[in-house]
Amino acid sequence: MNSERISSWILKGYLVLIFLFVFAPIIASVVFSFNSQRFPTIPLGSFSLEWYEKIFNDADIWTAARTSVIVAICTSILSTCIGFATAYTDYRYQFRFKGVFLALALLPPTVPLIILALAMLAWFSKIGISGQISSIIFAHTVLCTPFAMAIIRLRLSQMDENLEAAAWNLGASQWATMRTVIIPFTRPAIIASLCLTAAVSFDEFAVAWFVSGLNKTIPVVILEIVQGNIDPQVNAIGTLVFVISMTLVIIAQVLIMTSQKRDSIN
Amino acid sequence: MSQTDTAIRKSKSSQRLYALTWRLPIIVWQVLFFVGPLLFLIAMSFFLVKNYRMHEAFEMVNWQKMFSRDYFRDSYFFTLGLAIGATVLCSVIAFPAAFALSFKVSANTRRWALFFLIIPFFTSYLVRTFSWYVILAESGVVNSLLQFIGLGPFTMLNTVFGTMVGYLTLTLPLVIVLQTFSMSQIDKSYIEAAYNLGCGRIRTITSVIIPLAKTGLVIGAVFCFILAFGDFVSPYYLGGSKPPTLSILIIDTTKSGQQWPRAAVVAIVMMLTLFTVAFASIAYAYRKRQR
Repeated sequence: MNSERISSWILKGYLVLIFLFVFAPIIASVVFSFNSQRFPTIPLGSFSLEWYEKIFNDADIWTAARTSVIVAICTSILSTCIGFATAYTDYRYQFRFKGVFLALALLPPTVPLIILALAMLAWFSKIGISGQISSIIFAHTVLCTPFAMAIIRLRLSQMDENLEAAAWNLGASQWATMRTVIIPFTRPAIIASLCLTAAVSFDEFAVAWFVSGLNKTIPVVILEIVQGNIDPQVNAIGTLVFVISMTLVIIAQVLIMTSQKRDSIN
Repeated sequence: MSQTDTAIRKSKSSQRLYALTWRLPIIVWQVLFFVGPLLFLIAMSFFLVKNYRMHEAFEMVNWQKMFSRDYFRDSYFFTLGLAIGATVLCSVIAFPAAFALSFKVSANTRRWALFFLIIPFFTSYLVRTFSWYVILAESGVVNSLLQFIGLGPFTMLNTVFGTMVGYLTLTLPLVIVLQTFSMSQIDKSYIEAAYNLGCGRIRTITSVIIPLAKTGLVIGAVFCFILAFGDFVSPYYLGGSKPPTLSILIIDTTKSGQQWPRAAVVAIVMMLTLFTVAFASIAYAYRKRQR
């Protein structure tokens, strides 16, 4: 019994180490963003807002932030709509080639981003839509739709299968049932999906780098700064981006968790 | 009679319209922006480049050129080796953590731990890599700490070690989550039965837990392989791109050389490798255990 307890403590200690490893870069980035040193190390320099002042006074970063926000909002709306339609089709219908249909919907995350980036760059130039903000939105929607679909499909599988049929029997049309039963039931998942897909789009750099042309997003700007030199500005931008992404992810998680809890009480 | 007929026909066509409304968006979108690009990538690998301009053609010259270059072959096996190394390392490091999360902590702790492991997935990988670059540098945090106890400095950047740290940053959280999902679903009574039948702790892990969690372990490994094989950030910034991996080769060929068709050849070779690995592993994961 004693050795059982020892091994249990060793494993828990190991778990703590793993979490330290996973969060070390994130914590370091936040700490260094308030640090005066040009090359951050230990012992730390003094507290400073120098890097934040620098990025706030940089017009390029404001332009990039604007592009990023536009792309993230459009991508999240488009991919959530398409993801919802696909999740509902998978939930409701059986049909021939459904396997192919689902593969088409879920495959994008298994293709390395750099390959998609090259393929989309070439294809977009071929059909004449490359180098615009809309090209980033089209590309990001492909990447984000599988996440949207997964989140909404999970929520649909928690719905009582007879609910839809009951509404039809009571005389509601399919469209009315969709509007008054299914969409309200999946609303937490829809909002969660809007947040998560926005977060994914906001952080994506490989595809955006290739297809954006001159319309750089924030991650593309980071990529270009990093290529040049060590510049603690990256930590400041990274910290701000992290706060935004985190807010979106936490909203999404809380929505998913509380909607599950509420169902189990009802 | 005919009125009901038209009513039925009308409701049939409205049924079809309703079904198509939900079915078509993804098909149209993916054909335009996912399948289209990938098919064009294949076609492009046969195009010609003259005076920095691409001409549509059907020539094998890009394939011949790439396959006759030593640097392409070296880069291929280097990338493959790195990705396999990362997969093994990540699976081995993740396993005890997933084991602890599955069997040694309460369900509530597990939920929170998984929540925290999902967070990095939605934060900038680029910023995290840059952070490691600063931490691992010659005069960075790790070496400063080591100096206090009179060690180092060690060169960690521009080495395979640096690349692996980057890969693990990318893959470890995901692999732990996938492994935990499959391990926490194992029926605890199997494990107790194994103990009662005199299985030691190690034996229980190797002959009860690992076979039962096989699917999740393999899927975790496959995702790790896909991510590591396709990543260009870690091998470039932390590994120093010596030699360049396939994804760095794609970037260099596309961005500076304007040789899109040759980059397409590299991309297709990568895709074929990934598909082979993924299909073989998933077939293995779902194969019924033979006795």
